[in-house]
Amino acid sequence: MSGRLAFLRASEQEIAIKICWKNYHSPDSVEAAIELLNHYDGRAQVIGGGTDLLLEIQQGLRPPVEAMIDPARIAGLDRIILDDGHIVIGCTVTHSRIIEDERIIQHGTCLAESCGVIGGPQVRNVGTLAGNVAHALPAGDGTIGLLALDGEVEVADVSGSRWMPLQDAFLGPGKSAIDHHRALLTRLRFKPTGVLEGSAFFRVMRPQGVALPMIAMAARLQLDEQHHISSARISIGPAGPVPHLAEAAMEVLVHGPASREQFREASEAAVSGVSLRSSKYRATREYREEMIRSQLPDVLARASERAVNGSLAGLTEPQGAWQ
Amino acid sequence: MSRLQLTVNGQAVDLDVPESRYLSAVLREDLRLTGTKIGCNEAECGICTVLVDGTPVNSCIYPAFKARGAHVETIESLSRGEKLHPLQQAFLDHGAVQCGICTPGLIMTAKALLDTKNSRNEAVTTDAIKIALKDSYCRCTGYQSVIHAIQQAAGQDVPPYIPKTRSPGLAVGQARPNPDALAKITGRARFSDDYHFPGMLHARTLRAGRPHARIRSIDTKAACALPGVHAVLTHEDVPGRNLHGLVTVDWPVLCADKVRYTGDAVAIVAADSEEIASQALELICVDYEELPAVSDAIEALDPQSPVLHEGRPDGNLLKHIKVVKGDIETGFAEADIVVDRSYRTPSTEHMFLEPECAIGIPAGYNPANYGGPCDPAAARGETAIHDKTSIYVGSQIPYLDRDQVAASLGVEPDSIRVVATLMGGGFGGKEDVAGQIHVALLAEASQHPVKMLYSRQESLLFHPKRHATLIRIRTGATREGKLTAVQATLYGDGGAYASLSDKVLTRATTHASGPYDVPHVKVDCFAVYTNNVPCGAFRGFGVSQSCFAVESNMDILAEQLGLDALEFRRMNALDVGSVTCTGQVMRESVGLNECINKIDEDMRSDAFHWTWEEGTSRFAWGLAVGYKNTGLGGGAPDKASAEVEIRLDEQNEPRAEVRTSSAEMGQGLPAVLAACATEELGIPLRHVNVLLGDTDYCPDGGPTTASRQTFVSGNAARLAAGAVVQKLTPTAAELLACEPADVLFDQGIFTQAQAEAGGQTKSLAEVVRRAAEAGTQARASYEYWAPKTQPLGTGGDMHFAFGFCAQAVLCEVEMGTGKVHVRKVIAAHDVGRAINPLTLEGQIEGGIVMCMGYALTEHFIQEQAEPWSTVMSRYKMPSIKHTPEIISHIVEDATSTGPYGAKGVGELPSIPTSAAITNAIYRATGVRVMSLPVDQDELLMAMRSGAAEVEMGWGDQSPIPAVTLGGEA
Ligand SMILES: Cc1cc2nc3c(=O)[nH]c(=O)nc-3n(C[C@H](O)[C@H](O)[C@H](O)COP(=O)(O)OP(=O)(O)OC[C@H]3O[C@@H](n4cnc5c(N)ncnc54)[C@H](O)[C@@H]3O)c2cc1C
Ligand code: FES
Ligand code: FES
Repeated sequence: MSGRLAFLRASEQEIAIKICWKNYHSPDSVEAAIELLNHYDGRAQVIGGGTDLLLEIQQGLRPPVEAMIDPARIAGLDRIILDDGHIVIGCTVTHSRIIEDERIIQHGTCLAESCGVIGGPQVRNVGTLAGNVAHALPAGDGTIGLLALDGEVEVADVSGSRWMPLQDAFLGPGKSAIDHHRALLTRLRFKPTGVLEGSAFFRVMRPQGVALPMIAMAARLQLDEQHHISSARISIGPAGPVPHLAEAAMEVLVHGPASREQFREASEAAVSGVSLRSSKYRATREYREEMIRSQLPDVLARASERAVNGSLAGLTEPQGAWQ
Repeated sequence: MSRLQLTVNGQAVDLDVPESRYLSAVLREDLRLTGTKIGCNEAECGICTVLVDGTPVNSCIYPAFKARGAHVETIESLSRGEKLHPLQQAFLDHGAVQCGICTPGLIMTAKALLDTKNSRNEAVTTDAIKIALKDSYCRCTGYQSVIHAIQQAAGQDVPPYIPKTRSPGLAVGQARPNPDALAKITGRARFSDDYHFPGMLHARTLRAGRPHARIRSIDTKAACALPGVHAVLTHEDVPGRNLHGLVTVDWPVLCADKVRYTGDAVAIVAADSEEIASQALELICVDYEELPAVSDAIEALDPQSPVLHEGRPDGNLLKHIKVVKGDIETGFAEADIVVDRSYRTPSTEHMFLEPECAIGIPAGYNPANYGGPCDPAAARGETAIHDKTSIYVGSQIPYLDRDQVAASLGVEPDSIRVVATLMGGGFGGKEDVAGQIHVALLAEASQHPVKMLYSRQESLLFHPKRHATLIRIRTGATREGKLTAVQATLYGDGGAYASLSDKVLTRATTHASGPYDVPHVKVDCFAVYTNNVPCGAFRGFGVSQSCFAVESNMDILAEQLGLDALEFRRMNALDVGSVTCTGQVMRESVGLNECINKIDEDMRSDAFHWTWEEGTSRFAWGLAVGYKNTGLGGGAPDKASAEVEIRLDEQNEPRAEVRTSSAEMGQGLPAVLAACATEELGIPLRHVNVLLGDTDYCPDGGPTTASRQTFVSGNAARLAAGAVVQKLTPTAAELLACEPADVLFDQGIFTQAQAEAGGQTKSLAEVVRRAAEAGTQARASYEYWAPKTQPLGTGGDMHFAFGFCAQAVLCEVEMGTGKVHVRKVIAAHDVGRAINPLTLEGQIEGGIVMCMGYALTEHFIQEQAEPWSTVMSRYKMPSIKHTPEIISHIVEDATSTGPYGAKGVGELPSIPTSAAITNAIYRATGVRVMSLPVDQDELLMAMRSGAAEVEMGWGDQSPIPAVTLGGEA
């Protein structure tokens, strides 16, 4: 469905009245969920909190489905655990749970920060990180946070289940490699930041218009004993069709000192390394570039400060209140 | 259908419902727990918030079956019996309830916050409140009272914020909650969509979906044949006048030959359910011939442009409005400095949180014939027999609704009854007819009650907005700082139909020289038709637009003259003896200088600075002043009627009822009317009932617009109460054995004037009882006529009163991102007399925050006459996180004709805030914003490049077009 007024034509104008699904299933195991998806053969869809999905169907951006498959009652997928050196987050874990989890606040700070700016409490109380990732927007906030942490996702379908790097989950704007009609994103994970490691997130929102960021960015830095940077990951969105890894900027940083100067240089590299677009009513290319230039150095500085102090220097309260 | 088991408010519930249901529908429709409200169905507004296992969620997008087995709590669970929950009590105490549509959502969200913080033993800070309620919108209060109320409920010592006012009388001047607030905080209050009549059908409207087209044919056969459809109507089925309109009757009830904007109604359907009605819409075939659309006010006047209303002599020009005072050439010749700038203001949306809803009842309807009455908690009227075609609607003008429905049905107004339900906000957007005529037609055609509820998206598309304007304004002053001349030319985009364009833009024109004494003025305003969504009344009524231009120019001039911004305004402020630009001599009640002095004192205390830096932000103060007429003015007959009746209750205590068909949309009118009755009759406030807006029982209060109701209906109530006393006086005289002329009445007691000391007295109750025995009812009506006014252009009094205000705003501009925050507002408003300081403060805070939205966040965007802002998520209004600290001063420069000296206040606060904000931004950054709303992207780029002015406001992608001063169109 395209066109701004698509849903206002006679056939589509009844946004609120449309029946978005007929059957609502809440299977109690991953196997049962896959079986149901298989049974509906493309006519069912996985639902998390529904905060993206249901609005898109109501607004005519996606067709209604015959059945919703809700993993909410699958035991174990509602937990955040430490397993095999990873922090593992089940697909039904909501943003509210993530931003209150001490382990994530300490060892995946940029994820807590990024999930904290999503919507308001009512949306964060039902919206999930899995849904944010599976929605595959180039600037889903939680997605940007998890990408900087070098996250992975676990996907289950008829052929079994497997982990894949987060980057591999995105095919294009709103297009996920995880087929929400047939597969379940079961869990997400990342390696917690350790000694001399830190992360940070920042986004600029418009006070007007659509609830999408003008630009969002996150970074994870590891320092060595001399406080030189031994590894760096920077994610930015929207910058291209999928969540963007600022590799050029990462390269600038590695082996260099954790200095303001270096951060500024990396940010320049980040600007040259992306093709930003002007999008009507959202932001101009120039503004976005300016934001990377002026704000990314701050994000890097915060990540490195956290790495050094091991504390949560400058942690913004989970909120979404101060966009 | 499937079994759904869950616990609601502590009770196990077992239902058989479709799996496709949302939780909101289960609560509202299946369980009839209508305390949970719907404002958007988009997870945006938060007024549908309920708690699921203690967690706040938006019930409008929460699948009901997700909640299987869960504990759901709604507003209805909070107060068991008489005792209110501390939050409810606090909302009442702080006046945090206005229209009340958002109140259940705010309270439930706040409850979850308090419960969580309590269980963790954490403090409830202002920040925590702002975070928790970030997506719980309120369009009325401005949030300051909400924050304070939650703090009080959390056990903090935060008293209600009530500005100092003159010492009160019996009731006038006392801070009291609105009488209907109790029903609103408990979820018992019924708005239109909360009514369920036995046998009720659901209606939908087929809208044009294109800005301009000729209708070749409409085929409804397939829709009529759909099972479950009861009526499908087009223009052919309108028995009477197929047009409506408040000033100019030009708006089709159902389009016949042409559609002129995307929201135009083409056909209407009533069916067993909304789903079926929607399906029926899809089956209606309309054959259109597309026409080129006009989307720009200047372009609309080009003779080459397509004409919207063929046959009009002036093409797309609705009206050329002119103001002339003195001689403009002389004025500029006397000026040493002239500032000449062009400004642009956007179209904006009221975003009252309750979308339009109307219910039509056929004449002769008896619920018993439709399986009813059923609902044990039925609201007024739901179980009654209806003799007349009746319409239940939250409307600003019940009597004009009645007349317009009657005209379209081809019947006498007397055979139609309009029952005003509570209104979830109006702000001017519920003056034009929405579904009122449609439901009446459908009810009569189907012989069923018919409900027409607009979705938020349909509401956005349909109802009249605030006029977008282009304003060029040239202001001249002497070196000493005396204004000599103002010349302005305005273009106002009225959209497809006239609505109130004439009146709104007249107000923009007559207020275009500001509240200043300017000897030479010339203003031309062109009100034009375009294919955009029609524009009509919106709080501020044209003056918000011109004020932005006037007060921006004033700041530029002050700087160029090297004068203090406040001092410059003070030097030119209207005062008693001044003459306005329409030639009106101000004789009394001009409190502008006092307002300016109030904010001056506050701002200049201690170590005052206009600007400073903190971290990466710059802070600066900006200010602006404003004024706004009270009442219709311009020669329009301005009157209101009220009826007052006194009866004795079982304890023989007198109780009064005030009846008038004025509208309450949250502004606090019932509290004002009750106070007037108490003041006159000495009957305690709690024994005064106010019945509003039933055209069969309440006399006409006239339109609720132009900040007029406190003045006109207040006077009518006051004088009707006096008339009752007068009617009772002969009886009192008889009891007191004296001449009626010797009877005095004060505070509920009749006394004999001659024998005051130790003489006889009779209580009101005794006199009412005796009168009743003698067959005299203690009831009287009064038709109050406001002082006569003169039409524009004839000189004399164009208005009988003006309110004045001054506001200073502290802004923070983040130099890194261009983001603007309003941190503090100091305001002073001259309201004549504060009849109820609590509800008055609510109007002030809400108005200021609304005008902040006008400056910073709000723009109803249309592209080539097709709306882009089609969903609530594309139209951001201020949320609690935007709310500044507001310090409010009340100036009471009484007007001799107002009730107890009062004049209107509904619009005044929403006028100068936007200019004060952009003036502050200029001081902080050196960049002047010429176009609203402020665009942080443009602002930052201008700051970086050193540009002095930005022409692009957010959503406006082109520079401000050139405007020629003066001239004929
Ligand atoms: C008012 C509001 C404000 C918002 N603000 C923001 C914001 O600031 N930043 C932001 O990033 N987002 C925002 N969102 C969008 C949304 O809330 C988030 O993206 C959220 O994380 C989506 O999660 P969900 O569980 O609700 O996903 P859903 O809507 O349930 O699903 C989204 C998509 O993912 C698929 N999916 C979900 N779970 C799975 C799974 N386990 N396996 C496979 N596929 C799955 C669905 O089929 C669907 O295609 C906002 C939404 C609203 C309504
Ligand atoms: S958020 Fe549910 S109605 Fe607005
Ligand atoms: S009182 Fe909050 S929207 Fe009216």
